[in-house]
Amino acid sequence: MGKLVFATRDLTFQFAGARTATIRDVDLSISRGELVGIVGPNGSGKTTLLRLLLGTIVPDTGSVMAFGHPASQWKRRDLARRVGVVTQSEEPAFPLRVRQAVTLGRYAHLGPFEALGAVDRDAVAAALTRADAIHLADRWTATLSGGEWQRVRVARALAQEPEVLVLDEPTANLDLRHEMELFELVTDLVRHGMTGLIVSHHVNLVARFVDRIVVMHEGRIAAAGQPNDVLTLEVLERVFAWPLEIVRWDDVPQFVPKRKSSVR
Amino acid sequence: MIRWSALGIAAFAALAIGVLVGPAHLPPGTVWHAVLGRGDDVTVAIVRDLRIPRAVLAFSVGGSLAVTGAVLQALVRNPLADPYLLGLSGGAGLGAVGAIALGLSGTWALPAAAAFGALGAIILVYRLAIVAGAVLDTRILLLGGVVVSAFTSAIVGAIMALSPAEQLRNALLWLLGGFDGASWLTLTVFAAYAVFPLALLYRASRQLDLLSLGEEPAAYLGADVEPLKRLLYVMASVLTAAAVAVSGIIGFVGLVVPHAIRMLWGHTHRALLPAAFLLGGSLLAGADALARTVFAPLTLPVGVVTAVIGVPVFAVLVRRWAS
Repeated sequence: MGKLVFATRDLTFQFAGARTATIRDVDLSISRGELVGIVGPNGSGKTTLLRLLLGTIVPDTGSVMAFGHPASQWKRRDLARRVGVVTQSEEPAFPLRVRQAVTLGRYAHLGPFEALGAVDRDAVAAALTRADAIHLADRWTATLSGGEWQRVRVARALAQEPEVLVLDEPTANLDLRHEMELFELVTDLVRHGMTGLIVSHHVNLVARFVDRIVVMHEGRIAAAGQPNDVLTLEVLERVFAWPLEIVRWDDVPQFVPKRKSSVR
Repeated sequence: MIRWSALGIAAFAALAIGVLVGPAHLPPGTVWHAVLGRGDDVTVAIVRDLRIPRAVLAFSVGGSLAVTGAVLQALVRNPLADPYLLGLSGGAGLGAVGAIALGLSGTWALPAAAAFGALGAIILVYRLAIVAGAVLDTRILLLGGVVVSAFTSAIVGAIMALSPAEQLRNALLWLLGGFDGASWLTLTVFAAYAVFPLALLYRASRQLDLLSLGEEPAAYLGADVEPLKRLLYVMASVLTAAAVAVSGIIGFVGLVVPHAIRMLWGHTHRALLPAAFLLGGSLLAGADALARTVFAPLTLPVGVVTAVIGVPVFAVLVRRWAS
C-alpha cells in the first residue's frame, strides 16, 4: 500500500489529566493525491488528530502510520521533506524578512554547515511565486496583514518541496477573498500532484473543494466520505448542535444556520 | 562585508589595547618587542604571561557570554533572556560566599565553588522544567530560574548577615567579576570547557532560527525540538559556568550584545552567533583594559565598566532602531 500517506487504526489519545479521551477509535486513511478535509466543531479533536498524524504526540492505543512508518518514529528532518504544515497560529519571537522566513522551509534540505545554494534560492522564489507572495519578499513579517502572513507561511511550507500539504484552520483570520484564494491555491496544488489535508470548521467551504470530508465529533469520526454522501442535515445538526437549513450550491450541500426565532 | 570588517577591526583593536595598556607604563614599541620575546625579562613576563592571556581570556569570556545570551533568547523565545536568567548567578554566588564562609582557601577554591554552585542551580532549574517526564518547558525554565535565584540570594543574605564583613569582601568583589586571576592556565581551562559548547551551538544555529518561530512550527520544519532544547540549555549552562569560574559574574554583555547584533544584523543565527562572539569579546576585552587603567593601580570591577559604557551606547541604538 505505497499509496497511503497517513493511516490510523483504533487510534485513542487522552491528554494527561483529562477526564475523557480527546481522540477515540479513529480509523482514517489518506491516499496520495487526495484532498481531504477534516471538519467539526471547536474541541472535537481535529488539531489533536493532526498532531497524531504528524507524530508530534504519541497515541495511547492504536497506531498511526505516515508513509508506512510509525508517525512518531520519523526523524523530523526526513518528515519535513515530505510534509509541509501550516499550523493554526504562529508568533515569531524575532522579526524576519519574508524571504528569510520562507528560506527556513529549506532547513530539512540543508546540512548543518551547508550554505544556501542556487537550488534553495530557486525553491524559495518558486514557493513565493506559487503562493502569490513574491511581491512581499522584502517586507518584515510583522508588517504583513493576516492574509499576507498566511500566504507567506504557505510559501514556507511549499519551499520544503513536500508531497503533502497540511493546513490547520488556514483561513481562520482571512477575509472572503483571501479565504477563497487559499482554497483555490490548495486545490490547484493537489491537481498538480500534491496531497492535501485541510482542517477547518468551515463545513460549507471545505465541502465545495475537497474530494473527501471527515466529520469529527467528540473525538470520534461521525461521518466520512464524499461530501454529497456524508453531509446530511441529521449528521451536521447533531455534530454542531444547532438547527440548520440545507441548500445546494455547486452541486454540494451547504448549510445555513437558522436564527433561534425561526425555529418552531 | 563592511559590518564584518568593522567587527574584525574592533576585535583586533580591543585585543591590541588589552595588551598595550596596564598599570606598568610600557611604550607600544617595547610591548611589541616583548610580544616577540625581546627585551628585559620583567617586561616580557608582564606582556606575555599577564597581559596577553588576560586580554584573550576577557575576549573569550565576553564572546561566550554574548553567544550564550543569544542562544537563550531563542530558546525561551524572549528577547530579555540573558546567561544569568536561569538561576546561574544565584547558584554561583551561593557557592562563592559559601566557600568563603566555610574558610576554604586556595587559588581554585573560589572559582570551583562558584562553578559547582552554578551547576547545582542549573540542575535544579532543569529538573523543575522537565514536565510530564520528558518535555522541557521553557516557560517553567524561566520561572524556575527566578525562583532558584530568589532562594539562593536569601541564603547568601543569611550567610552574610552571620559572617564577619571583612571575610566576605573578597567573595563580593570576586562575584562582581574581573580578570585579575587571568593566566595561561585559566585561559586553557576556560578554552577546554568553551570550545565544544561553542562549536555545538554554532552547529545548531539554523535550528535556533526555527525555534524562534515556536516549538510546533520548528518541529514541522524539521527540528527535533526536545533534544534540541536540552542541548541548547546544557551547552549554554556549561559555557556560563565556565565563564563564572574564571571571571565571576559579569552582567550586561550577555543581554545587550546579542540585542545590538540583532538590531544591526538581523536574527539569522548563523550570522548572529559569530557576530555576537566578536562584539562581546571586543566589548569585554576593551572594558577590562579600561577597568585596570582608569583608577590604576586600583582595578574597577569589569562589569561596572561594561555597564557604564554599554548602557548609553545601547540606549542610543534602541532609539535609532525605534525610529
